[in-house]
Amino acid sequence: MGKYRKRGGGYLCRMWQQVRTLFLKEFQLELRNRYALNGILLYVVSTVFVCYLSFKQVVSAPVWNALFWVIMLFAALNAVGRSFIQESRGRMLYFYTVIGPQAFVLAKMLYNALLMAVIGVLAYMIYVWWVGDMVQDHTLFVIALVLGSTGFASILTLMSAIAAKTENNLSLMAILSFPVQLPFLLTLIKLSKNAVDGLDWSISYPLIGVLLLLEVIIITLSLLLFPYLWRD
Amino acid sequence: MNAKVMGLAWWKWLSVILITYDLIAGLLIDVPKLPILNESIRNLFYHVTQWFGMMILLTVSLVHSILHLVRGDMRSDRIAAEGTKVALFMGVLGVLTGSLWARFTWGDWWTNDPKLNGVAMGMLVYLAYVVLRGSMEEEQKRGRVAAVYNIFAYVMFMVFIMVLPRLTDSLHPGNGGNPGFGGYDLNYNMKLVFYPAIIGWTLLGVWLLNVRVRLLNLIEENGK
Repeated sequence: MGKYRKRGGGYLCRMWQQVRTLFLKEFQLELRNRYALNGILLYVVSTVFVCYLSFKQVVSAPVWNALFWVIMLFAALNAVGRSFIQESRGRMLYFYTVIGPQAFVLAKMLYNALLMAVIGVLAYMIYVWWVGDMVQDHTLFVIALVLGSTGFASILTLMSAIAAKTENNLSLMAILSFPVQLPFLLTLIKLSKNAVDGLDWSISYPLIGVLLLLEVIIITLSLLLFPYLWRD
Repeated sequence: MNAKVMGLAWWKWLSVILITYDLIAGLLIDVPKLPILNESIRNLFYHVTQWFGMMILLTVSLVHSILHLVRGDMRSDRIAAEGTKVALFMGVLGVLTGSLWARFTWGDWWTNDPKLNGVAMGMLVYLAYVVLRGSMEEEQKRGRVAAVYNIFAYVMFMVFIMVLPRLTDSLHPGNGGNPGFGGYDLNYNMKLVFYPAIIGWTLLGVWLLNVRVRLLNLIEENGK
């Protein structure tokens, strides 16, 4: 870590270049083997369909809201959970020699946030198509979607890095990340519920503030802690 | 720290004395007569003090996780790991006494209260921590990965039980417009039991931790 810090002014600039390159690399990889992306999308579609058939009719706003975010939670687990697990040992070793850990984790987070935002919008569209739309304030709901996807992405990126160090990583991923996601998830559900009910924005500002604060905390912690997972 | 009285370190005696004092005096002293709470206010001496002990032990564990990351010291790793286990034990005690209290004041064994859910979340987090440790063989790696999770989980746990309840209503004192105990309920008499009890439970936790870590250190050193 110290090695990178001493370089001074050029450090941020170099880090930004590394983040950009890695981000593009993730993007290209995703496009190259599209089955993973298609798998996630199909996962969302089938989950929504199963929920639709099981519930038949969702009449109350709290249930509509909670169900949507539970679907998103599982989609996020599946989409982001593989981000470290899919990296081969050799490739990790290569990254280790050429870039800094912060750049690496930042690029992963950015990419996962973008991925989750796309999945979130698609999930919402499919959900509306089958289950119906109960949102009254769409602008606020989109804000909740963006905050939610970036938050899920950043928590799960670190959890994925942890789980990738163990043998049975996918089940461990769930038990590690669900409880630590709760503070974020519950605040998010509250914000999204305000959007569904079309409440005045002044009630939602504190919630948005808390969500942003949580994201800052999560990202800072990830940047501080990831270097220790990095060397192996 | 190691001055012994009748074969036992002084602080261990202190723990025994303070907890015995807590158990007996907690039932005997005068307490304010408050509506709904009535005599159940005595649970403050057990439930709340065990929770203080748990939080202190979790903080000890956090500090040792940080120390382990910074210095790579395996003893710190053991203290961090065992600290969470002892804290889990105190947490279970706190949940049981709390549940009993909730039954007789709020009318149910479990209420949908942010603090209660915070506890449940904490339990899940630290059980996950134990499972995470169990899933790795290599010591160095296990120590680092577990420490990273412990630090992250501690911060999220604190946010859950300290910050979020202030945004919503809670049945607990000091939250959601409820007055805190410190305000007027905790009279002079009660403080005489309450604060020593916190020290007593914390020392008991440290004692448990001390025994566990010494045992592990012995196993480790003889194994080589």
